Amino acid sequence: MSGAKNANGGADAREALVLRIARRHVARPGGLLPALHAIQDELGYVPAEAVPSVAEVFNISRAEVHGVISFYHLFRTTPPGRRTLYLCRSEACQAMGARALERHAAERLGIGFHETTPDGRISLEPIFCLGNCACSPAVMIDDFVYGRVTPQRLDALLEED
Amino acid sequence: MAAEHRVFVPRDTTARSMGADGVAAAIAAEADRREESVTLVRNGSRGLYWLEPMIEVEAGGVRHAYGPVQTSDVPALFNADFLAAGRHALGLGPTEEIPWLARQSRLTFARVGVTDPLSLDEYRAHGGYQGLARVVELSRDEIVSIVTESGLRGRGGAAFPTGVKWRTVLNAEGTQKYVACNADEGDSGTFADRMVMESDPFVLIEGMTIAGLAVGATQGYVYLRAEYPLAIRIMNEAIGIAETAGLLGGNVMGSGQAFNLEVREAAGAYICGEETSMLESLEGKRGVIRFRPPLPAVKGLFGAPTIVNNVITLASVPIILAEGADYYRDYGTGRSRGTLTVQLAGNVKRGGLVEIGFGRTLRELLEDFGGGTATGRPIRAVQAGGPLGAYIHPSQFDTPLDYEAFEGIGGMIGHGGLVVFDDTVDMGEQARFAMEFCAIESCGKCTPCRIGAVRGVEVIGRILSGDDESGNLLLLRDLCDTMIAGSLCALGGMAPFPVISVLDHYPEDLRAR
Ligand SMILES: Cc1cc2nc3c(=O)[nH]c(=O)nc-3n(C[C@H](O)[C@H](O)[C@H](O)COP(=O)(O)O)c2cc1C
Ligand code: SF4
Ligand code: FES
Ligand code: FES
Repeated sequence: MSGAKNANGGADAREALVLRIARRHVARPGGLLPALHAIQDELGYVPAEAVPSVAEVFNISRAEVHGVISFYHLFRTTPPGRRTLYLCRSEACQAMGARALERHAAERLGIGFHETTPDGRISLEPIFCLGNCACSPAVMIDDFVYGRVTPQRLDALLEED
Repeated sequence: MAAEHRVFVPRDTTARSMGADGVAAAIAAEADRREESVTLVRNGSRGLYWLEPMIEVEAGGVRHAYGPVQTSDVPALFNADFLAAGRHALGLGPTEEIPWLARQSRLTFARVGVTDPLSLDEYRAHGGYQGLARVVELSRDEIVSIVTESGLRGRGGAAFPTGVKWRTVLNAEGTQKYVACNADEGDSGTFADRMVMESDPFVLIEGMTIAGLAVGATQGYVYLRAEYPLAIRIMNEAIGIAETAGLLGGNVMGSGQAFNLEVREAAGAYICGEETSMLESLEGKRGVIRFRPPLPAVKGLFGAPTIVNNVITLASVPIILAEGADYYRDYGTGRSRGTLTVQLAGNVKRGGLVEIGFGRTLRELLEDFGGGTATGRPIRAVQAGGPLGAYIHPSQFDTPLDYEAFEGIGGMIGHGGLVVFDDTVDMGEQARFAMEFCAIESCGKCTPCRIGAVRGVEVIGRILSGDDESGNLLLLRDLCDTMIAGSLCALGGMAPFPVISVLDHYPEDLRAR
């Protein structure tokens, strides 16, 4: 769930990185998920160009790699904004105003879920429970969870950089 | 030189979400300024979440609590001499005497919030590794028998007897066996697994090690949800510490037996909490449900016999082995033995973790512990057992917390989460969300779930917008029946339960507006 460490760098460098990561994980039983996580930790997302390299190293079809990436909500295939705001949409947060918070965030940022602000600052993602349900509503920004988030508090958090 | 003071500030996700890190920094800075000698311990949370950040000081060998503390309160706390348990408006008295905590039976959570989560010495000083010490002297058969006699049932949702599952794995043929801990904790309103992993990780490691030795499994995995970055970090650190101490690895506690443990990060699919989907995911695949049989206990991870248990199930095993099956079984009622870790969540005044013997009524939990709603309005509904659980109406609040009693009212205890709603809740929207969630999270293997849930969202939308209300209400009942009867797993098979509970108990909300 961490942000990109190596979001920059050319296509060649990225391919080399993807290959290195895939080779590091291929011998582990069930190593494909850890490999995809590691790629996303480094690049911030799993780019389409990574699929053939991963498929080759793991000796499976590209369709299989793509199938795994697309099955899991938390793998992303486009670059994230500088910060990612995950809004909890689950019931305990609903009970404390998550729906209103959702509307507020969308209005303020001018984007919907799975989108990034045009200036590249913030990506907005839904999430289904952060385990912070006793201090709901909850949001996570990158990998830090905040509790009892009112629209005002959210605005303040988004001002920080 | 002033005396050394120990101050505890939780490093738990919820405590941090309410500002614990800032409070810890402020205490350190203020102590510096006043030249007080303070040792900060980042303990886990006691689970009195409405009081977070709740800090504690040790004075005269007794822990005293203050909370909820904000950074701005810190100078005043020093002025009030809180280091010597001085009086202050935020003072809560001796922690263990706070009624909310004193009325609980903390067995599985004995150390949670008490110790430094990553101190193996403290873990041992508070009874840790006594269960494993006993296990290395026992035969496999004896270990499994003790777990069976304790009456422990799975805390992940299905409440299957743990000893019976372990016996199946023990008897299954296979040179390689596995222990897979289900730490996907996807149900809204639940955080008990997270608390164990963040606040007392060694108890899960010990429980999994005991499971490994009990069935001859040498490898364990913790399938941990990606939404819990702090728990992932702490579990990994704790595993490293246990390896260094010879409590994991090739020769566990000098027993001559091997047990290795690895954390595997999930990737945000609710269905991967279902055990066969979790196994697919651990194998690096799409988390599509497997047909059963074969049971995972016979043919599980990579085709090998596998124990799949929830975090709380496994974390309850050490105390059962340390104190004996009777000790645990004496808590509880009927066929629900031992303690339940109830999680009070949502619109509740005093939310948090209540570990208590089975048998208390829902009302006791909601009123005596929960104190009603956070908003001060009447409770209108409680969702028990996660997103697939029915909404429970106040007329049913005298139901005891007991697996069978809950089943009797069409509900389920599941993982023990209680999500409270006040009278402003729109139950029509809650019904629609139940179907929407199922549609988002369906693994796609069977039609009643994959298509049915999407239809469910549409039909509820039509009812709410006044389009052939009575016809669509009948259609909705039909659709629920089809999903219940025709789905392969409990996602499609139970997602209709909250919808039906709205149809039955809150029909006034499922109509044209
Ligand atoms: C849709 C679905 C989601 C589930 N999610 C979880 C979960 O997040 N954690 C869990 O322990 N069990 C979950 N379960 C239950 C598991 O399938 C399984 O029963 C459990 O992990 C077994 O462990 P236990 O016997 O210790 O409870 C889920 C079941 C279903 C059908
Ligand atoms: S009921 Fe839903 S989640 Fe379960 S197997 Fe069928 S499609 Fe998959
Ligand atoms: S429901 Fe939002 S944190 Fe659990
Ligand atoms: S993860 Fe199951 S459909 Fe998206």
